[in-house]
Amino acid sequence: MADERLGSESLYSRVLKKPEFTSVVGVIGVFLVFFMIAEDAMFTLEGVLSWTEQAALIGIIAVGACLLMIGGEFDLSVGSMIGFSGIIMAIMTVEYGVPAWISIITAFIVACGIGFLNGYIVVKTKLPSFIVTLASLFILRGLTVAISRLLTDQTLVGGVKEASEGDWLASLFGGEAFTGLFTYLAEIGMIATFDDGTPVVTGIKMLLVWWVGLTIIGVVILRLTKYGNWIYATGGDEQASKNMGVPTDKVKIMLFMATAVCATIFAACQVFDYGSADAQRGLLKEFEAIIAVVMGGALLTGGYGTVIGASLGALIFGIVNIGISYTAIDSDWFRVFLGMMLLGAVMLSNSVRKKIMRS
Amino acid sequence: MLKKVICGLLCASSLILAKDINIAVVTHGADTDGFWSVVKNGVNAATKDMGVNVNYRNPASGDLTEMSRLIASAVAKRPDGLVVTIPDSNALGGAIKKAIKLGIPVITINSGGAYGKEVGALMHIGQSEYDAGLQAGKRAKKAGVKTFICINQEITNISLEQRCQGFADALGVKNNMLDVGVDPAEIERKVKPRLKDYDAVLALGPVATSPTMRAVKKARLGRHIYFVTFDLSKDIIKGIKSGVIDFAIDQQQYLQGYMPIVVLTQMAKYGVLQSGDINSGPGYVTKENVSNVEKYAGKYR
Repeated sequence: MADERLGSESLYSRVLKKPEFTSVVGVIGVFLVFFMIAEDAMFTLEGVLSWTEQAALIGIIAVGACLLMIGGEFDLSVGSMIGFSGIIMAIMTVEYGVPAWISIITAFIVACGIGFLNGYIVVKTKLPSFIVTLASLFILRGLTVAISRLLTDQTLVGGVKEASEGDWLASLFGGEAFTGLFTYLAEIGMIATFDDGTPVVTGIKMLLVWWVGLTIIGVVILRLTKYGNWIYATGGDEQASKNMGVPTDKVKIMLFMATAVCATIFAACQVFDYGSADAQRGLLKEFEAIIAVVMGGALLTGGYGTVIGASLGALIFGIVNIGISYTAIDSDWFRVFLGMMLLGAVMLSNSVRKKIMRS
Repeated sequence: MLKKVICGLLCASSLILAKDINIAVVTHGADTDGFWSVVKNGVNAATKDMGVNVNYRNPASGDLTEMSRLIASAVAKRPDGLVVTIPDSNALGGAIKKAIKLGIPVITINSGGAYGKEVGALMHIGQSEYDAGLQAGKRAKKAGVKTFICINQEITNISLEQRCQGFADALGVKNNMLDVGVDPAEIERKVKPRLKDYDAVLALGPVATSPTMRAVKKARLGRHIYFVTFDLSKDIIKGIKSGVIDFAIDQQQYLQGYMPIVVLTQMAKYGVLQSGDINSGPGYVTKENVSNVEKYAGKYR
């Protein structure tokens, strides 16, 4: 055949060339390690939920971080944004008795504003987003401590659960889904129960639903809309896309707003599930999100990556992070092990990718 | 090759797990805080002495919701006993209640005793933070102290706030906390300029104390600053000996690690349980008794 583009590709090689494939390999690798070294409890229903919840939290912000990274920028203020939105919601709901749904909507509006500001400054000054959002990291964390100390004299605001009882929007973040299914499973003896017959696991936390939902939204935007093309183009070659008529500034500002919104979804899930907010929440989460995105196969330089990959990266992070507590590894070595597993996962998926690209 | 070695080590260590009594310990202490290192020494010593298997966990970044998931994963293993700290009952309450409902014996250590009682924990091993602060404040008041600043390295921890509150109430002044974080250089920089406005300084742990001592030295106020600190470390002992620190409140946290393992082991073995809490502190370390304490500071005290 004269032209290789006309050759038909086997299904096998098409699967291999999917950008998500490498992170699937990473997930399988991590699973294998934990199958070997972890106790069986890790793979019971309770066990699985304990690490998928961790994965879901990272996943929610990883979706935003992934879109932004494909668009060629970073947001280091994600963790601080989580703390800030959380404290806004908690203080408004608990200290001022505002209905929870109003506090949540307010937090989202504020988050959009901050995301817009981040994006606007990056676009207008042409400063690296790394530096601009590093500044917002400090400013937002500082504001979180300062405002909560100013208004409540402490940095931990509790009692959100009681104050938001029965609120329709709060239960959309802090509630549980599929509770009926779990009660049924308990009745027929499929899952563990307390002595009184009620299930130990009463439902799937909403944050898992959000994780899946956001991943689907991210995939749809990237794959099926013109905005997806714009995001890839902006991150791939900004000048060229500008010349082609892509509104790159607008795209970037929107992406910064999207990351801030994701951070606020994270915060809302946490505040209304655990019933409290404190100024330390979300610390270092920006890096966990970036690690997840990179493990998912995205390039730090922009223009390449997938949302499903990022979500799988978050899953790897969740498995490793919580999975260690199901092993006999001493907690002193936690970070060493975590770092090694993450590096291993990235290296594994990276080498697989190279091999595929060569063939 | 390396992979094989690592796997070998890990597999071997998971085999050692096959002992009869399993106890899980989940604390909120940061890995790098000397205080928690002593607690862990207590846990390790008791683990050896009792011949049981103990799994000690703490959230790496200090995130309490992550700690909640660590408790959940400990509970999923259905241990024979669970030892927890409760710095924030909102974030951790759900997971702890679940453990109690499943019939797992729970002992609270260090913080959260009152909440633990409320939901059915067996006992608390620690010191009443507010009381410890109050007593220390009374001592300071006797020495003529009128104003103070509280150096808080873990501002989100309610128990630390209670220490300051107790001290403030004893003096009859507003609770004046300074959020310093855990970076030593940063603590020193933040504390130094503030010292001149106060008679006394209350540092809430070794992490905050060493930099504060340097700040006091460098500030050259030309007067003695009444210096009270919580918990012990080598630096604090030195400070007490040299007279920079007036006294330290010792909660003897080694016992907070050691005792719960002993109690839970006996309970798992024979079903015996003492009644009442164990007060591990407060004790006061002053110039008079410091040499006794010195030998073990940072390891067992």
